[in-house]
This record gives sequence, C-alpha cells and structure tokens, in this order.
Amino acid sequence: MTAHATLSGEQLQRTVFAVPGAHCAGCMAKIERGLAELSGVLSARLNLTARQLSVSHEKSLEVPELVAAIGRLGFAAQPLTDAAMVKQDAASRALLRATAVAGFAAMNIMLLSVSVWSGAQGAVRDLFHLLSGLIAIPTVAYSGQPFFRSAWSALKHGRTNMDVPISIGVLLVTALSLFEALTGGPHAYFDGAVMLLFFLLVGRVLDSVMRDRARDGVTALLKQTAPGALVIAEDGRSSWIRAEDLRLAMLMIVAAGERLAADGVVESGSSSLDLSLLTGESAPRSATIGDTVHAGTLNLTAPLHVRVTATGRDSSIAEIARLMGEAGQGKSRYVRIADRAARLYAPAVHTLAAMSFVVWLMLGAGWHQSMLIAAAVLIITCPCALGLAVPAAQIVAAGSLMRAGVLVKDGSALERLAEVDRALFDKTGTLTLGRPELVNARALNREEQSVVLALSRSSRHPLAEAVRRALEAHSIAPAELDDVKEIPGVGLSGTYAGTAVSLARGQGTGGLSTYFTRGESSPVRLRFEDRLRPDTREALARLRDLDIECSVASGDSAPSVAAALRGLGLTAQTGMGPEDKLQLIARLNGSGRKVLMVGDGLNDGPALAAGHASMAPGSASDVGQNAADAVFLGDSLLPVAKAVAAARRTMRVVRQNFAIAIGYNAIAVPLAFAGKVTPLVAALAMSGSSLVVVANALRLRSAAR
Amino acid sequence: MSGLIYLIPIALLLGLAGLAAFFWAMRSGQFEDMDGAGARILIEDE
Repeated sequence: MTAHATLSGEQLQRTVFAVPGAHCAGCMAKIERGLAELSGVLSARLNLTARQLSVSHEKSLEVPELVAAIGRLGFAAQPLTDAAMVKQDAASRALLRATAVAGFAAMNIMLLSVSVWSGAQGAVRDLFHLLSGLIAIPTVAYSGQPFFRSAWSALKHGRTNMDVPISIGVLLVTALSLFEALTGGPHAYFDGAVMLLFFLLVGRVLDSVMRDRARDGVTALLKQTAPGALVIAEDGRSSWIRAEDLRLAMLMIVAAGERLAADGVVESGSSSLDLSLLTGESAPRSATIGDTVHAGTLNLTAPLHVRVTATGRDSSIAEIARLMGEAGQGKSRYVRIADRAARLYAPAVHTLAAMSFVVWLMLGAGWHQSMLIAAAVLIITCPCALGLAVPAAQIVAAGSLMRAGVLVKDGSALERLAEVDRALFDKTGTLTLGRPELVNARALNREEQSVVLALSRSSRHPLAEAVRRALEAHSIAPAELDDVKEIPGVGLSGTYAGTAVSLARGQGTGGLSTYFTRGESSPVRLRFEDRLRPDTREALARLRDLDIECSVASGDSAPSVAAALRGLGLTAQTGMGPEDKLQLIARLNGSGRKVLMVGDGLNDGPALAAGHASMAPGSASDVGQNAADAVFLGDSLLPVAKAVAAARRTMRVVRQNFAIAIGYNAIAVPLAFAGKVTPLVAALAMSGSSLVVVANALRLRSAAR
Repeated sequence: MSGLIYLIPIALLLGLAGLAAFFWAMRSGQFEDMDGAGARILIEDE
C-alpha cells in the first residue's frame, strides 16, 4: 500500500477502479496477475473489502484500455473519479486512536484500582492513586478531545448536546481525583473517568465505522457520470482525458453505450440519447448535428462527435447542484435523538449534582466531602449507556440492512427513515428498472434465438446486452457464426450456415426496437420496454401496512406513466421538473408530513436532498446516490419497505435502551446522592449498564427481514 | 511488596508496547483490507 504513496515519476499514474464483481482469492489472483502481465502496468492491487482495484501504470496506457483489459479477465470495472477516491477516514482513524489510548489507560488504571479496592492502605494506596493519575491525565487530555471539541462548539452557539455533560463530568471528576491523590484521600475516580471515555469512544467508533462502510459501498457503485472522454486533438490524434481536465471547445468522441462527460453541441453523427437520469423521461430522444447535449446523458445507438460547451461546475448539473444545496439545509437542521435527549438530560444532571453538593453542605458535611459526593453523582449519571445505546443499536441494524442489500449512510438517516409517513417515488429507474428489457423473445424460434444471442454477444450496446440477458435467462446456447461485424450506429451482422444474418436498427418509431433479419425473409421486430422492478406490488403493500401513503412524482409524460403503473393503485403527478418535485415536498412538509423520497436521477437530486429521508437504487446517478440517505442494491423494490420497518424497529430498541438507562439512574442516583457510591460501585454500575444496552441492541441482528 | 517496584513498570511497559503495536499496524495499513488479507493466503504462488 505504501508503495503507491512514493510514486512520483512523471510517466506514472495511479488509477482506482471499482470492481464490484471481485469477491474471492481467485478473483484477486486473476486480476492482479492478469494486469501485471500487461505492458505498462507497474503494479495492481485489489482491495477486497472496498472492492477497489488500484493500478499504477504508465501514462501512455489509457484508462479505457485498462477497463478493457480488466473486462477480458472477466470483471466489470469502473474508473473512480478523484472525488470519489478521496477517503475521509481520517476522522475514523483519530477516533480509533483515541479509543485505543483510552482502552490501554482504562485497563492499567483498573489494575491499580483493583488493589486499592481489595484493601491497599497508606503509602501504597497513595502511590497507586498517583500512578493512576499519571496515566489518566494525559489520557483525558488526548482521548477526551472529540468530546471537548464538540461540547465547546455547541456551547459557543448557545446550545447543549450530549458532549456537554460528558465533558463537564470527566473534567470535574479528574480534577477532583487529582486533588484526592495529591492529598492522600481515600477515593479517586480516575478509573471511572477513563472507563467512561472508553465506553463512549467505542460508541463513536461504531458510529463512524457505520458511515465508512456505507460510504465504501456507495463508492463501489458510483458509475462515474463520466470519468472522462476520448478527445480528438488538433493534429487528429485522440487521447483519453479525465472529466475534470476537459476544457471548453474540446472535441469529444462519445461511443454508443457511453455517458457524456460534459455539456456540448453535436458536431457530427446522429444518435438517440437516454435522458432518463437527467429528466426522468423514459423515451429516448434523438440528437443530430447542432443539438445541445448534456453531461450524464447516455448515448444509445451511434458514436457522436461533441464540441464541449460547458464542463464541471458550469454544466447543466450546476443548476441542480444549487437547488440541492438549498434543499439540504432542512436536513442539516435535524437534531439526532441522542442530542434531543441530552437537552433534557444535561440540565437535570447538573442540577442534581449541584443540589447534592448544597444539601450535603447544609447537612454539615465539609465542602470536600460534599464535592466528592457531587462528583459521584456526576459520574454515575454520565450518559455512558446513552452514548452507547444509540450507536450500538444503529450499527447492528445497519449491518443487518446491509446484508439485506440496503446501505444506510449514517445513524441520523436511520432515525429520519423511522419517522416517515409519506412516500414519493420517481418512476423511471426507481419503480421501473431503468434499462431496456426484451419483451418479445417468443417472436423468435429456438434456432433464431441462438443466432440472435450469438450476434448480440459481440456488442456492448445497451439493446444488445438486453437481448443477451433475456436469452441467456432462457438458457439458450449461442449458435456458431462466421465473420460477425459491428457497424457502429447500425447494428451487427454475420453469417449463419451460409445465410447472412443481421441485428440492426430499423426505421420504425414508437418505443425501442431492433430488427432481426435472416437471408431474404422479412425482418422480425424485437421490442424493448422498461419493466417494473420485481416485488413492486409487495413493497408498496408493505409500505401501506406501515401507514405510509405512497404516490408517484415523475418527470415523464402522463401516458407513459399511466402505462407503466397500470394496476398498482398509485396516484401520480407527471411532467415534473426538479423544482416541481421540490415544491411538492415543501407543500407536504408544510402540512406536517414527513416525506420519504425514492428516486434515482439527476433530476431527483434536489428532491432527495429535501425529503425528510431519501433512498436511491444502486443503479441511480452518482448525484442521486450521493444525495440519498440510503442506497438499495439489486432489482427488487422490497428493500425500501424493509429499510423503513427496520428503522422503526431500531428506534423501538433505542427507546428501550433509553428506558433502561433511566431505570438504572433511578436506582443509582439515590445511592450516589446518599454518598454510598464508592469508585468500585461506580465502575460496576457503569460497565453493567453498558453491557445491558449493548445486549439489547444485539437483538436487532435480524432487523431487516 | 518491594516486587511492585519492578512489576508495575513492567506491566505498564507491556501495555504501552501493545498500544504502540496497534498504532504501527494502523499506520502501515494493516486494517485497509480485512477481507482481502484473509483471502490472499489462499492465492498460490506460481
């Protein structure tokens, strides 16, 4: 891994690919060795956890060649853009380091504390207390930072969160214990303070592990709206240029089956374009010389030469990005349940501690003893169980959902998902599969099917792939063909048993279709349709059982929406642009509904950001996946219903955990108040309550059923 | 009791060694690919 960091040669370049299909040692060996044999490749290393392949290669070896090489090894690979590659796991690592330090300190202090509890006296006890202090104080200073920083920023804005009572408690208890240790007092709570930090940090680590895992999962899916394009230079040579390096007035060649990397004007060629990710419209639109085309559009039939008119931040996506920025603000104002609890909890805890101090002082105890009791109250009420209760439940549920094919981005997403009572679906690519499916394979006889399969296998065109998928599902064996040729923009041809056969586009309109011709006989029309996802009906029924009202908001035209949704019993609003969807959600929000937005396209981006919670399918645009709170994999729509049900189950367990924590406090606080809580009792109570809430959270292991 | 003078520093040093080992492992990317590390051992050398 470190070898890559030292690469600095001018001629070398590192490219990272998502390889979702790699899953075993055999795949690793095959890919890494296969690429190493390629001239120009210095090294290749596959990360099986993230399903990412990192290749260092000479600059002259271009990205499409590498993709093709990986393809020849039998794996689909997508180059990842730099933005997707940047790992933000620095925060995760810092937390893990803080946890390791706290864990080390907690163990060693406990070692010393046990001997004090079992009766060490006089000089030995004082020595042990001092040693504990020597370990604890640097630990608190280092491992406590995440809490202190968050508490400080909350206080600066005049708010309070869970970290405020934690920080005050830990600091006060440490200071008081230091005083005890220096003056030879009988009780020091260093073990309590450090153990508290350790447990809470474990909670934080769980929270961030969950986010990282979902992020890696989503990164592996990112389809690169377009990581780059083949550009023709002035001198006629072509080279592959990354999307972020594209400049105005460059001339891109966009092959059939490729997505546009930038906005532009068609200079030559004519083709049909799939705009479904941009507008939600399912019918392909034709584009010819002089037409404006947008980044993210899929070129379906023939290669186009496109002159770049806007790139990156200036492209048509920018307007959508602006809408999304505004729409996402509501979501960032959401206050997580732990922090909502802390708003009540923190003042109560601080009042209790202050009260115990005052009461004991009035009863005639010295200020020193009163202070000790107040500290005991603080440490026993410190929300150890609370800090662990929420993340533990959420990570167990997220793990269960991940096994069921749903990647939940973070804990807050799970909380918001549990609250929704209204669902809005996009049509194309969300309720439907968003890819053409062959609908009339039966129009061909067995022999013709095997010929068509053999033809379609030699092309990457979306329609050819749809044919291949459909026929392979019927377990058709491909026929033996001679001289198969692909004529870009027209179709495929070959010779079968002496007769010419072809699979080519025809002149007809009205939906997607292609024609199979054999010899002199009349062509057979193969029709394609965008079908509903499997289990759509059951998913919608389950959502209704959860008291969630469902409807459709589509950018497509009314007739095609009506045709696609026949028999589902859904109301639909059609022809909606990104702003219309935003307004619809704002209206529903205004009437007190909490909206779950399910969508996939670029045009759904603002709505996904605005919804109280949002989900996108794994086939969604990068924008859709990044804006959504959760991404579901596979074709089925059931995971949407499962996710909502699991989120609700999670919140039930979180509430139970809160109840357990409160019950524990109801017993422990009077004891602390009465001055009966020694460091030993505090240690037992703290670990006991933490174990109980974690055990309760583990019940969520099968939450996503 | 005088044994403590040796034993406590030894215990602390051992703990610190463990902590240092963990930090080293994290820095050198030992946890980058948990699934892959397990699978790699199955790859046969050619």
